[in-house]
Amino acid sequence: MTTIWTIARNTFREAIRDRILYGLLAFAMLLIGTSVALADLSIGQQQRLVKDIGLGAISLIGVLMAVFLGITLVSREIERRTVYTILSKPIHRYQFLLGRYLGLVATIGVNVIVMGAGLAALVLAKGWWHPNLLAALLLVAEELLVVAAIATLFSSFTTPTLAAIFTLGLFVVGHLTGTLRTMAERAPEAATRVFAAALYYLLPNLEAFNVKGRVANREAVSLLEVGLASGYAALYLVGVLALAVVVFERRELR
Amino acid sequence: MTAAAAIEIRDLAKTFRTGLLGREVRALDGLSLEVQPGEIFGFLGPNGAGKTTTIKILLGFVRPASGAVRVLGGSPTDPAVRARLGFLPEHPYFYDYLTGLEFLDYVGRLHGLPAEVRGRRAARLLEQVDIAAAAKAPLRRYSKGMLQRLGLAQALMNDPELLVLDEPMSGLDPMGRRLVRDLILDLKREGRTIFFSSHILSDVETLSDRVAIVAHGRVAALGTVDDLVTGGADRVELAAAALSGEAVAALGRLATRHEARGGQHLFTLESREAADEAVRVLGRAGGRLLGFTAHRRSLEELFVERVGQDGTGRGR
Repeated sequence: MTTIWTIARNTFREAIRDRILYGLLAFAMLLIGTSVALADLSIGQQQRLVKDIGLGAISLIGVLMAVFLGITLVSREIERRTVYTILSKPIHRYQFLLGRYLGLVATIGVNVIVMGAGLAALVLAKGWWHPNLLAALLLVAEELLVVAAIATLFSSFTTPTLAAIFTLGLFVVGHLTGTLRTMAERAPEAATRVFAAALYYLLPNLEAFNVKGRVANREAVSLLEVGLASGYAALYLVGVLALAVVVFERRELR
Repeated sequence: MTAAAAIEIRDLAKTFRTGLLGREVRALDGLSLEVQPGEIFGFLGPNGAGKTTTIKILLGFVRPASGAVRVLGGSPTDPAVRARLGFLPEHPYFYDYLTGLEFLDYVGRLHGLPAEVRGRRAARLLEQVDIAAAAKAPLRRYSKGMLQRLGLAQALMNDPELLVLDEPMSGLDPMGRRLVRDLILDLKREGRTIFFSSHILSDVETLSDRVAIVAHGRVAALGTVDDLVTGGADRVELAAAALSGEAVAALGRLATRHEARGGQHLFTLESREAADEAVRVLGRAGGRLLGFTAHRRSLEELFVERVGQDGTGRGR
């Protein structure tokens, strides 16, 4: 565990010494700030617009971080040959991989907290606070952890370009799983139904984490819903990371 | 195989698939060798001979297709074995956002060393490889030679019994090479085993207790530098002057090679008998003996001979 922590700490240090991160963070703050100006133009819709744009910005910037830090998480170490130095030390490969992932999680976590605090402060100042906002932020963070795990998996066996295409592809498909479900239930052919069902359960159902619109509209988000989505995130994470570990343990580091 | 060997490699074979068509390239083809504790073992060969592949198998980065490897009596995939080993990769490149000191601290943490030991060792090693002045500079400002030195320092953080160094002299200026050479000799004096690869013959020749020359994935020659360069040859060179035409003819018949320049003659004699006879001829003919020396091949000649044979390195 100490080893994983050591590697995570170094991964986090790598990210926070990267200027791109601050650029993204500044961009997110700018988006959240602009939402106020935009909100003033739409009387009666201000609250909805600020929450919608704010949560959307946090989600978007978070996904960019998860994908673009994640896709090089392992492959960059191989490409730059730093992996040879690190794996010549008395550590297991799974410790390296999980440490890298945890470092990325810490990076994303800190950024979501900073951006979320910015949005919460704004909402509080306007007197629009509702605890639902916390639920929305938590679910955004959980989605990011799943996306980061997927990026890590691809990073452990393929190039950053391919990993980016696969991860972004899964991200988009992950938000369209509703269609798959409809297909699984209503397709005329039995084979199509089975295939659609298999895909539906295999692919990440990222819509499960999306309550942004409802929170903006002041609709209720139940604790049960948050709990179920969290459980789903945990299961999916463990599955993806286990696969990443298996792939990386078997990989030849030429 | 001796149970106590620091490194035992037996019949290692490995093929890689390259390119889109998956063309097979044979990197190793039955490579065997043993490194004894406390020796400096030079692993010599041209680029593409299989040196780096062997080292990657030694560290557990790559699995052999067949054959066996034992490092310090265990498997390189066992972290407990790697805890006693130091490794310098070829053309080392480290996290450029860290400083030299931070990097060594990181390595020390991976070895599970307590903070106090990490600090003390890092400071001493930076001093030892002569980059203490840059300890607090980020690695992106390090030159190639400085990274190479830092690479050696990180390999020594755990006070290892065995060092595996992939091309430790590459990227170094003459001062740096000297420093590394002296450091390797110091490490041997401290009782450590050093296995290093190189394609620079003079480094291998001056440092190694024993040398293996690899070509095309197998060991083409193995032994002490002395054994290899004298190589069982009784070849001697006889230089003489003031010889009669008759003596030149007689010596010429004994020799495999004869060069003459300005009244001086150089005869190359391949056997002890020929050498003895040549001395008698010279005694009778009464020429002037200028020199009589055992011919040492340079490691370079041997290298070219073994590696270059019929273009495959498998001549014998």
